[in-house]
Amino acid sequence: MTHTESHITDYRVYGWVLLALLILTTITITVTWIDLSALTVLVALIIASVKSFIVLRYFMHLKFESRLFTVFVVMVLSIYILVIALTFFDYLLR
Amino acid sequence: MEMHRDDIGAKLGMWLFIFTEILLFGGLFLVYAVMRHRYADEFHQAAHQLNAFIGTVNTVVLLLSSATVAMSITAVQKGEKRKGVLFILVTLICAGIFLFNKYFEWGHKFSIGLYPGSDMMIGLKHGYILFFSLYFFMTGLHVLHLIVGSIILTVIMIRIQTGSINKERYVLLENGGLYWHLVDLIWIFLFPLLYLIT
Repeated sequence: MTHTESHITDYRVYGWVLLALLILTTITITVTWIDLSALTVLVALIIASVKSFIVLRYFMHLKFESRLFTVFVVMVLSIYILVIALTFFDYLLR
Repeated sequence: MEMHRDDIGAKLGMWLFIFTEILLFGGLFLVYAVMRHRYADEFHQAAHQLNAFIGTVNTVVLLLSSATVAMSITAVQKGEKRKGVLFILVTLICAGIFLFNKYFEWGHKFSIGLYPGSDMMIGLKHGYILFFSLYFFMTGLHVLHLIVGSIILTVIMIRIQTGSINKERYVLLENGGLYWHLVDLIWIFLFPLLYLIT
């Protein structure tokens, strides 16, 4: 039987995290009103990535779990980014 | 004799499943990226058809539901059973609101004849067809995950109530929560890419 000392996150932490996510959502929406032409997609993706980072770290408890979980997640995301990069190399240089 | 139990192993299994889900949606996002690059203007125009207001409401609702699932874990860890059940209930209500909005959003599109395979859609330009096909497929697959997640959370809520999920043993709640956060995570990317980039 494996017993691990489990981390109990305070309710308030989740409250702050939710607030941060809502603020980031507001920023994403406001930014679309400003015309950044080519940068629009990039800005949207950057904000979405920040939000995902917060969700993964706090809501999905990566901050409190064994480092192994973080290593796995980083590996999977790296492979995915590599696949996107390779696809576009092929597509753009065809 | 004590039963064998491995919470870390259970969570690792859940994460492996989540990775397959990330790659499933990842494939669709890849198609979206390439097609958006190819039909930039048409994607741009087609996105105007989507209701950004409903999309925003659903974003807020999903973020709130994610927070309450996380809070429910805290409640169960502290042995506050009633709060734990209540937090899950709030999550399920949020899921209901999301589905309700989606029903009207899709219902409106179907009523004006905009759905995969309709005469109207076949008559559109190539970029439009691709955008709406991706829109229906990606949000549809996402909603399917949301419905499955709601069923899982309903079972979990009942189990907290009956006490089979308790402060000593709550890995099922944690894994159900992970699944729910995945649903939220996918929406975080779907929302700006489909609704906002106009």
